[in-house]
Amino acid sequence: MTRLYINGIEVDLEEGTTLLEAVEHLGIEIPTLCFHPGLSAYGACRLCVVELGDGRLVSACTYPVQEGLQVRTHSPRVLRARRMLIELLLSICPGSKRLQDLAAEHQVERVRFSVRDERCILCGLCVRMCAEQMMAHAIGFVNRGYRRRITTPFDLTSDVCRRCGGCLYICPVCELRCQGPEAPSVVCGSCMTPAPTCPPVYEDLACYMGAAGECGTCVRGPRTPDRRSPDFTRRRESV
Amino acid sequence: MREVEAIIERYGAKRRHVIAILQDIQTQFHYLPREALLEVAARVRIPLIDLYSIATFYNCFSLVPRGEHVIRVCLGTACHLKGGTRLVEALERELGVREGEMTPDGQFSFETVRCVGACALAPLVLIDGRYYPKMKQRKLTQVLARLRRARPPAEVTQ
Repeated sequence: MTRLYINGIEVDLEEGTTLLEAVEHLGIEIPTLCFHPGLSAYGACRLCVVELGDGRLVSACTYPVQEGLQVRTHSPRVLRARRMLIELLLSICPGSKRLQDLAAEHQVERVRFSVRDERCILCGLCVRMCAEQMMAHAIGFVNRGYRRRITTPFDLTSDVCRRCGGCLYICPVCELRCQGPEAPSVVCGSCMTPAPTCPPVYEDLACYMGAAGECGTCVRGPRTPDRRSPDFTRRRESV
Repeated sequence: MREVEAIIERYGAKRRHVIAILQDIQTQFHYLPREALLEVAARVRIPLIDLYSIATFYNCFSLVPRGEHVIRVCLGTACHLKGGTRLVEALERELGVREGEMTPDGQFSFETVRCVGACALAPLVLIDGRYYPKMKQRKLTQVLARLRRARPPAEVTQ
């Protein structure tokens, strides 16, 4: 048994457990995108960063528990790092609901990087799914750096792919996209400031909650740029 | 392909030797032919996609044929300032091919690289792994002419 301290709470865990498992064991939630319990840990998305006693930031999904380890899962430094990561991920994948939700949760309000919509965050879940669960080894990473992407050998239809769809099933970003009108910026953020629900008055529903914002909870609130438009003010006054 | 078989034989059909095998194939054919990759995958029993990942990851591997002489023009910061792009234009004129292509006679292929770590000697051109420092268009023409005369060329070193 290994004894460690997570946010000051003492826990005894078996050797070989990862920090992520330890954290989840305590019921503490930390975001992950590239982790799946049925697949090997990969540490690609880095969202599960935690701070160790010596000040290092490590990815919880790949770090094994150690005797006497002090772990902080939501220290200011960790939260700052997570916000930056979400901002970076959003800049290559703005169409993902999962990322937009994370951005809202972590108060990421803008993206300062040039946006290129790759529709992929290179988390490698599909590659591991294909290799480890489906035993197909049909897809993988090719090229490197800026040009890295996921594809089949020679970009041809694979002989070994059984079209099981496991890669699509597990992808954290190619799931449901925005259903409603285009958000005013890369970060929609409307669900960060839920306003009272009153659908007949607000036509300007944001898109991320429900089918095209039917419930109206995510009506563009005072934080979104739209509030400065005269149109918006007029409508507010008419309420 | 008998050559590929011989190369695999030399190292043994083990996963850990795959990069060495691919390097030898690259040296022999000046690129990695698709059939060779398929054969290595089958013989070493590793997924084709893993080989393809390796082949596209490392710059020393090429999936399209490279010429007998590989010309690399440095376009790192120093070489760029010292006129590396003009060398690229000169080569395109001289060889009649664009960057990343091979001349129809299979003699030369020409690519650009970012910094080869000798910025004091900018602008640099590498031909068959040899550094040609402070390159000028005129010098380049002379070197190419010499290489053309010296056919058949010496073995390509990477």
